[in-house]
Amino acid sequence: MGRKKIVKGLLTLVTIVLFLLTIFPFFVVLINSAKASLEIITDPIAFPAKWSQLFTNIKTIWTNPSVKYASSVYYSAIITAFSLILIAVTSAMAAWVLVRRKSRSSTIIFLIFISGLIIPFQVVMFPLVSLFRNIYEVTGIRMLRTVHGMIFAYIGFGAPLAVFMFHGFIKSIPFELEEAALIDGCSKPQIFFKIILPILKPIFVTISILNAIWIWNDFLLPSLILGVGQEVQTIPLAIRAFAGSFVKQWDLIMTAVLMAAFPIIIGFIIGQKHIIKGMVSGSIK
Amino acid sequence: MKKQKKDSLVFWLFLAPALISFVVVVIVPFFMGIYYSMTDWTAVAGITPNWVGLDNYKDMFSSLEFRYSFIRTFIFTLISVISINVVALTFAFLVTREIRFKNFYRAGFFIPNLIGGLVLGYIWQFIFKSVIPAIGGLLGINFLKELLLLSDPNLTLFGLILAFTWQYAGYIMMIYVAALLNVPQELLEASEIDGANFWQKLWNITVPMIAQAFTITSFLTLINSFKQYDIIVALTNGGPTDLYQGTVVNSTELLAMHIYNIAFKYNRMAEGQARAIIFFLVLSVVSIGQVYYNKKKEVEM
Repeated sequence: MGRKKIVKGLLTLVTIVLFLLTIFPFFVVLINSAKASLEIITDPIAFPAKWSQLFTNIKTIWTNPSVKYASSVYYSAIITAFSLILIAVTSAMAAWVLVRRKSRSSTIIFLIFISGLIIPFQVVMFPLVSLFRNIYEVTGIRMLRTVHGMIFAYIGFGAPLAVFMFHGFIKSIPFELEEAALIDGCSKPQIFFKIILPILKPIFVTISILNAIWIWNDFLLPSLILGVGQEVQTIPLAIRAFAGSFVKQWDLIMTAVLMAAFPIIIGFIIGQKHIIKGMVSGSIK
Repeated sequence: MKKQKKDSLVFWLFLAPALISFVVVVIVPFFMGIYYSMTDWTAVAGITPNWVGLDNYKDMFSSLEFRYSFIRTFIFTLISVISINVVALTFAFLVTREIRFKNFYRAGFFIPNLIGGLVLGYIWQFIFKSVIPAIGGLLGINFLKELLLLSDPNLTLFGLILAFTWQYAGYIMMIYVAALLNVPQELLEASEIDGANFWQKLWNITVPMIAQAFTITSFLTLINSFKQYDIIVALTNGGPTDLYQGTVVNSTELLAMHIYNIAFKYNRMAEGQARAIIFFLVLSVVSIGQVYYNKKKEVEM
């Protein structure tokens, strides 16, 4: 019995050490966000002289014209929220009809969606920007530098994985369930929204968590569609606009980083139970 | 007859939103890209591109910068795949043991994944530039104190791998945790009674049972390492410079960034596009080959 205890103690010790190493960068960000510009140069690993400096720094970032913190958080939130809901709903709709109608066109369309899983963003990004510009010239609908253009792009890029995951899940839902509802006089859309969608909830959660992390943090796509330093900018673009300059004010960069990470970490802590469960159950598929 | 027509309408109506946006943002640009890669496209509105055949591809193969970036990307990908999976598997083993607060540690290991590549790039730039030398000074380790990690081409690549592993291992850990929780405990207990030691259990039961997870994690780490861009932009922006066969090259300008820079920094859109096509082909061949190989192994186990 003694040996088992030693092993357990050892494992716990290793876990704690690895855990501390993992959160060390967060610790670095936290202590350095509360330093003045000179202090951070002289000693980047000491605790700050006075924590109240943190609020001074936050105020500086809050009012900084290239960060535009409130506006950036707002745009990030709007874009992330709408994108992940629309990706999940539209992909579930598509996956459902693709599973339920067994025809050659369903198979082909499904394969086209799947092909999107191996097309890297780099191969479509330049033509995409030019296509968005053409859409504006032809239809007058502005796609570049707008929130709706950004959301539209996310629906397209998010579709392959979401359709793939929903497709696999819907296949396991017995068709009898829908037949019964059909006999009761439900229309097809009613069946989908009242019966199928509630069943899809767990996979809905998993997909939305993955998409939320992706979209909230995405940099390359928004930098092309929205542009760095424009009117509409998300948090990563704001960080880039601020930290990409030649003079590196590390005290303020650390504060900006802290403020950028803050919303999503709070979100994670609140929804932690569901997130961990959703990740574990969804990833095995 | 009427019902069939209505069903068909529902089919296309339900399909339309996802399909249209996917076709517009992925499929159409994909084919446009293939065409543009064989023209002198400049992306300037109003100028019709001229057909140049395979010239852009020929230029690419004779470009030393491209060749160098290619090699560096392969090194980066190979080491990242190994390092992320080793760390993730270690995390997963630890947090599925009988230790206290394992859910807390699970969450802790996962948290770096919430930080976007761009933001974490700045964090690690600061760590490499200021924090590590400061720690060296504090502990009196001169090697660390004078370590200018981001000015050495090879060390910088390892710095990138470290930052990327920090971000991604927690996510990959989740996949391994799911797989490990699926390994039947009775099987492990039974083998223990039969006298199997730790390594025997690991090699003969656990590894084959999580083989499917290996396929997924290697695929994910492979493509995401190969496509890495965000972290590099913030951490090194391609630097420092290195010499490759007498040419000055950017030592951490990996393919994704190389493609971007060729197109936007040097304004050679068509050439950038041609390189993106090759990037796509290589990535497809490597990733499909990997999945095929792993699937075969899965069956053998």
